[in-house]
Order: sequence, then structure tokens, then C-alpha cells
Amino acid sequence: MNPIEKNGLNVLPEKQEYTAKDFSSDADVRWCPGCGDYSILAQVQRTLPRIDRRKEDYTFISGIGCSSRFPYYMDCFGLHSIHGRATTFATGLKVTRPDLSVWVATGDGDGLSIGGNHMMHILRRNINCNILLFNNQIYGLTKGQYSPTSEVGKKTKSTPFGSIDTPVNPVRFALGCGASYVARTIDRDAKHQQRIYEDAYYHKGASFIEIYQNCNIFNDGTFGHLTERDVKADNLLVLEHGKPMIFGKESDKGIRLNGLKMEGASLADVPEADLLVHDESSPELAHALSIMHVQPGLPTPIGVIYREERETYDDLANEQVEAAKQKFGEGDLEKLLNEGEMWVVS
Amino acid sequence: MSTQREVLNDVVIRFAGDSGDGMQLVGGQFTLTAALVGNDLATLPDFPAEIRAPAGTTYGVSAFQLHFSSNDIHTPGDAPDVLVAMNPAALITNLIHLKPGGTIIINEDTFDKKHLELAGYASNPLDGDSLSGYNVIHLRLTTGTLKAVEGLGLSNKEAGRCKNFYTLGLLYWMYNRPMEPTLEWIAEKFKARQEFAEANAKALKAGYNLGETVEVFNARYEVGPAKLPPGKYRNITGNQATALGMVAATQRTGLKGFLGTYPITPASDILHYLSRYKNFGLLTFQAEDEIAAIGAAIGAAYGGALAFTTTAGPGIALKSEAIGLGVMTELPVVVCNIQRAGPSTGMPTKTEQSDLLQAFYGRNGEAPVPVVAPQTPGDCFWMLLEAARIATKYMVPVFFLSDGYLGNGAEPWMIPSVSDLPDMKVEFYTDPKHFHPYSRNEHEARPWAIPGTPGLEHRVGGLEKQHGSGGVSYDPENHEKMTRIRARKVAGIANDIPELEVYGDEEGEFLVLGWGSTYGAIRVAVDRMRAKGFNVSQAHLRYLNPMPKNTGHVLRRFKQVAIPELNTGQLAKLIRSEHLLDVVSWSKVQGLPFTAGELEELIEGILTNKNTTPESVRELSTTKVE
Ligand code: SF4
Repeated sequence: MNPIEKNGLNVLPEKQEYTAKDFSSDADVRWCPGCGDYSILAQVQRTLPRIDRRKEDYTFISGIGCSSRFPYYMDCFGLHSIHGRATTFATGLKVTRPDLSVWVATGDGDGLSIGGNHMMHILRRNINCNILLFNNQIYGLTKGQYSPTSEVGKKTKSTPFGSIDTPVNPVRFALGCGASYVARTIDRDAKHQQRIYEDAYYHKGASFIEIYQNCNIFNDGTFGHLTERDVKADNLLVLEHGKPMIFGKESDKGIRLNGLKMEGASLADVPEADLLVHDESSPELAHALSIMHVQPGLPTPIGVIYREERETYDDLANEQVEAAKQKFGEGDLEKLLNEGEMWVVS
Repeated sequence: MSTQREVLNDVVIRFAGDSGDGMQLVGGQFTLTAALVGNDLATLPDFPAEIRAPAGTTYGVSAFQLHFSSNDIHTPGDAPDVLVAMNPAALITNLIHLKPGGTIIINEDTFDKKHLELAGYASNPLDGDSLSGYNVIHLRLTTGTLKAVEGLGLSNKEAGRCKNFYTLGLLYWMYNRPMEPTLEWIAEKFKARQEFAEANAKALKAGYNLGETVEVFNARYEVGPAKLPPGKYRNITGNQATALGMVAATQRTGLKGFLGTYPITPASDILHYLSRYKNFGLLTFQAEDEIAAIGAAIGAAYGGALAFTTTAGPGIALKSEAIGLGVMTELPVVVCNIQRAGPSTGMPTKTEQSDLLQAFYGRNGEAPVPVVAPQTPGDCFWMLLEAARIATKYMVPVFFLSDGYLGNGAEPWMIPSVSDLPDMKVEFYTDPKHFHPYSRNEHEARPWAIPGTPGLEHRVGGLEKQHGSGGVSYDPENHEKMTRIRARKVAGIANDIPELEVYGDEEGEFLVLGWGSTYGAIRVAVDRMRAKGFNVSQAHLRYLNPMPKNTGHVLRRFKQVAIPELNTGQLAKLIRSEHLLDVVSWSKVQGLPFTAGELEELIEGILTNKNTTPESVRELSTTKVE
């Protein structure tokens, strides 16, 4: 039961019209000027008014890191928690309050290093929430150490001779955890972000969104090949369900299958009918897409990589409660206390 | 030879056997029957750490101790009068507990070369005179069982497993107990397997008849009903009472209940019980780890649930950072620590009280939290309610310190009526007009304003907040102010809890101050000393942070104060620093509870100036209070 309904307080008009400004809190935004986080904040604030939902239902939960300041800037309910654990707070909140729209703001360090374990479990449980993973491939708030998504050989303050560990691939990780929704977007593409955020909102289950985010202070230009006007079209593949995989400045390149391998092909040589068609529901394709960007000559896909309809833990948990009430009747404390073998002393 | 009838006030039986011998089960059945006969009782299981240790080994021995009496009793008993040893390993590991001259009932069938070697006996103890100080009754319990269930179509192995009921039957005969409750239990339990129901019932009766026929017993014993306060009773373990307390607390607060937890010995049973009570609207969540467990609990509390997390010491270590977040965000969550022997993994199945200072101080920064501790298994119910009341009224995480001894131990519990439970109704804050997330009410508590409430959108978190408005603040003055408010809020709870009571003389020579599970042993020792004419009193703290307002006053009324603890003097340290009293600290860290005998010896030692200390206890200071 929603305690608010119980208190008879849901008396505001049914429908509210909001603008992006309604979702902007009065806290000063403290990110570095030029940081990709600004765009992510702006796109979320622009997306929410398009959704028919009351503002007080949105709750943003974060951990620690630059990205985790996010809730302070949204004029919504917000919980800025501890490092790596945002997903755990989100789980407890959503399971007990299925009436809320729960969002998690996290980063590559918060969500995949210290919080990697919890990320795995929120995804496999399919808690109905939206996870924004700001991936800037660096530690910003602690001033520039390499992160678990940094490329091998990364020279940072903590790795002056270059990092030596293989990075985690967030999309592949999420798929491996059994995520029911996996998408990727990029800070510089406002429209694409908004489309993904709205789509993720409507997905029932844990929506995992990797957002390529530029940290212009400690890792500037990491995603330049995907954002700079002259080169991006040749490096980005914008996925659309049911559409052939075509990219390139002149839309002249495509992806086709060669055995089990994906390869780039020029449309001059290959008919469009031979190209791979994106199918969000295909786990095989999703896995192939997850490793596409690390293969030389292949573009980086953005968009919805995988989508699956699956029951959510929060629904099932509450259904069990309802089923128990049906089966045993609404709990009677007096009866419970007087259970088992008893005797009377007079 | 006809057996005599003897009346006893008090009997302690210890059932010991291999893990697969069903000792916990027959211990439980004897307990149930004793309760129905009207005895006062206390029980304590002693599990092996290994789940399935090789049969016949000493580390596979499982024991169950039961104390039943026609008097009011407080502990599972110091030393058993009767030891049931189903194999040599059970004998060798449990003989140390037995009273001099006590009775040993031995299953002779298992005293063969193989079992003796497994237990580490060089020669058969039944042959030499190593057991001459005891009354040894050795019987072929397996052979007798097999004969009793012959012809029921059971395999040899299945038939042999009925020997626990055969043995129980024998004890029922010795103590003149009715068999009906157990026969009914067997019929119900083995409903689906008629042949097992029949075999176990037959074994029980055959064991009973064995007593009549073997003529090795000189006497049968009677233990009459105890004079407990009138009321309806059930037998309850501490963990069961804790789970019931959680259900009661959700009902009395009117909140949705949520338990976020991760399996750990000896706390897991609370999850097992609670997960069955879903029809009370309670959600139980088995998280991926201890941190996720409390994270989910705090997340639920943020959304307006009555949230619990249950664990043992190692789990608390992992949860510390999140408890600090609970302190900072001022959200209510009840943190249950069913303490066990530490540090690190320590001895998971053994009891200890060594997490008191962890509860007080085990977080970064100044992070005071209220701490309560039940004193008996049944008291777990009441102190859990108190923990929930304090958490929701003062918006703060509250520690509930039980331990393995209370959690697994059992006692008769007077069943309260729901209408006698405190009303703990919680109202969420809802008025958007004058809303300041870090404003304070008369108890210094901030408003509980939950997501979904129109107009109350606000942010909380681990960063220091501006007093009142709740904005992030690095202002030095504000940080000091907020630190002091958080401390004052917890300290103020002293006005909202009962005063410390004294048992015995209100003032005088000697006070034994305890907390938590040592209550029963202290009470017995104090009673014995008083019976001998000494001026000894007892006070027991169920509220540790804050302590009752009159604590210092009570302590100063006595010439000397001693604090027995199953740690190296943690409460003593707190009392010394808080009240500048140099108390005597009695410390025992063996994974075992105090026996009443030990405490009696300690008290008598001081009061007669003999200053004898039992080997098991260290005395950490003997400076007298003037
Ligand atoms: S350090 Fe990097 S990620 Fe952090 S706010 Fe500055 S630019 Fe953004």
C-alpha cells in the first residue's frame, strides 16, 4: 500500500504539466565547466516532462563520484549514498515502494569497481529501475587515477608507467549479468540521450544505460572519435530495431556477418539486403554488438543493444506477499504469538 | 528389584551424539514435554561448526543441554546431572561438563574399535576405571532399537536411526514423563511416511519399557511443576522471539516491514522465521552481501518502511559505513547483531559479548547510535520492540545486541496479549508549507518525509547538511553544531527509557552489574550468595546507549561493583570512563557462557577476602570503589 494514498494525500490534480526547469533544484551545480555531466543532467531534465508521471514519484539514488552529485541537482527526491552501493539502496526502496520511479546515477568507478558486485545483482534480479552509468574511463573526484574501464596502458597519476589491467566492458558485463535492458548513449548527442532515457523509463525491469561521458579535466577527448563532427559518422553505428546496420558520413557502410564474425562492408560492394538487421531481442546479436567497438575497423554501436521482457524481482516479491495473504489470510499477530505448543500456568 | 521414586527440584540433562544421531530433535521433544508438565526450563543447543563432519569424530558431536525444574530457573544449568553419550566421541567431548557422581547413559553398541579410535580413546573407557566417579549405565541402544522396529520393512540404516527415540523413551521412563506429546508429534511429522511414524513410535515405547525391565536403574525421578507467574506460555528461542518482535513492531508502527539480510551464523534463523510471515506484509530480502543487506534496509527506510538488518559481528564490520550513512541521513533502521566469538571469523557457533564497543564506536567520525540488549531469550521480543520504537521516534539506526547463547537458547515465555504491546504509530511528515528536511522536533528528530509525498522533494545523503534546510554544507560551525545535535538526540533517549532496577538490597556491599545474556547466570549466583547471608545485589542493563539516567547513582550506592562479561571488559571500560568508577571486571572469552558456579565463587572470593578466581575467568582489576 502506498502510505501516501493511505494518508489520503494524493489530492493534487491528476495531470501536471512540467518543464525541464521544474526538475532543476536550487543547488549550485559544481561540476567542472565543460564536463559531459552537464549534458546528461539537462537531457534527463528534458526527458521527464515528456513522461506522464507526478514529480514526487521520481527518486534519484547515487553513490560517490562526480556522477553521484546528480541527485542534488534534480528537484526530486534524492539519496546520495555511499561509494558503490547506490544499487542496494535502490533495491530496498523499489521493492518496498513499487509505486515510485527509481533512478540510479553512477559511474565507471562507483558502479563497476567498488560497486561491481551490487551492479551484477540488481541486473540479474531485474529490479525495475533506470541505471545511468556515466562512463568517463577515469576517476574524476579523486583527481585522476585510472578506472576499471580505462584502456590498457593508461598513464595517470597512479599509473605513471601505464595501467596493466584489462578493462571491463560495461555492456558485455551487463549482458553477462542477465540484464533485461542494455543501451549505450553519448553525452554530446542530446536527442539520442533523451530518446534512450524515455525508452528506458518505459522498460519494465533494470534498464542499464552506459553513457560515454567526457571528463575534460582528467581524460579529455577519450570519446573524440565518436563526437567530433568530421570523424564521428565513420565511427558510430546508431542502432535501430529492425533496421539494417548502416553507418558512415555518406551512409555508405554497413555491417554484415561473415561466419560468426561481424565485418564492415562498403555498400558499393554489398547489397543492403545482405547487411545485418538489428534485433533488440537477440541475445546472440547483443553479445556480438558488445564487443564490436574493440575490433579494429568496426564502429561503436549506440542505442538499445538488448531488450527482454522478464518479470521483475520487485513485482514477484510483492506478489508473494499477496499470495501469502490470499492463502493464509491477512496476518493476525495475536494468532502468531499463540502458535505452537502452549501451556497455561494458573 | 523395585525402583524407588525420588523427588528432585532440578535436573540438567545433556544429550550428546553424532550430528546424524538426532540429538537436537530429542532434546527439543524432552523440552516440549517438560514444558507441558509445567516445569520451568532453559535449554541450549551446542552445534558442531562442521555441517557434515565425518561420522564418529569429535568435531561431529552435537549436543543439547536442558535444565528443567520445579523452581524458577535462569540458565540451562552449569553441569549436567545426566549425560547421554551416543558414541565415544560424544563421551570424550562432553564428560568434562558432567557433575561429579553424575549419570552417564552410554550406547554400548558404538564402543567398538573403530569408534574408539575415531574419538581418540587408546582403550575402551568402559573397561578400565576411568569412569568410576560416575554412575555409568551402558546399554545396547542400537541393538534394542533394531529389535523394536523389526518387521516394519525398514532398512538396517533406517531402523538404526530410530535409536534417538528409543533413548528418549528411556529418559521419559527415568523422569516419569508422559509419552503422548511426542507420540502425537511423531504421527504429525511422519504423516507422509507411515512406516517411519510407526517405527519411531515403537522405538519410543520400547525405550520406555526398557527402563521397566533392565533393572539397572535404582530410582525413577519426579520433577514437579514450577510456580511460574500465571499466564499462557510457550517455549521460545531468542531468535524466534526476535522475529516475532519484528512482526509485532511492524504491526504496532503501522509500517511495512522489511528485512535486508545475508545468511550468517548464528543470525540466519531470524531470516528463516521471518520469511514465513509474508502474510503480515513483511518482505524479506536475502541480499548478495552484508553491505547490500543494510543498503536495501536503509533504502526501504528512506521509502517509509520499518527496516531491519540481521547479522553477527563480521557482518557489522561490513555494514559500518552504511550505519554511518543512517546516522547522517537520520533514517531509522534496526541493526541486529547476534554476537559470536571473534575477532574475524572467530568461532561462529560459540557465544561472546565482544561487539559492545564495536556497536558504540565502530564507525568513522562521531556517529553515536542507541544500543539495546535483551537479557533472556524471551526478552528479545521486548527489546526488539524497543529498538524499533526508538529508531522511528528518534530517526536513528539502533543496535540490538543479542548473542548466540540467547539466539539459540530457549525458555518458557509468557505470551503477551497484543493489546498490551506499546502503541508505536508512526506519522510521516506531509506538510509542504513549512518543510525543512533537517528541522527538529522536541526529541531532536528530523521529519520522516518519504518519496511520493507531493511538495516534499528534497535530497539527503552522506555529506554534512545545513541545520534546518538540509543543503550540503562545509561550514565549520554548522558541522560542529550538527555533530552535537546528533549526539544530544541519542543522549536524550535516557529520558524515554525505564530506570535501572536493583534486585536485592537497594544499597550495600556488593553489586553485580551485567548486560545481555549473562543475566541468568548472575541472577542464580546472586540468589545463592544471598541465601548464604551475603549482601549482594544485581543490576542489569538492557539499555546501553544511552544508559538509564540513574545508572551512576545506583552504582555509587554500593561499596563495590563487579561486571562479569564475555569479553575483556568492554562494559567495565565504558562504566569507568563514563562514571569514573573503578569497577571490578570479570572477563571470560572461551566462547562459553558464565556458569552460575563461577560467578558464585568469584563473589564469595571477594566478600570473604579469599580472592579466589576460577581458572576460566580473568579478573582485570580489583581496585575497590571507596
Ligand atoms: S573531474 Fe571530470 S568528471 Fe568530474 S566534474 Fe570535472 S570534468 Fe566532470
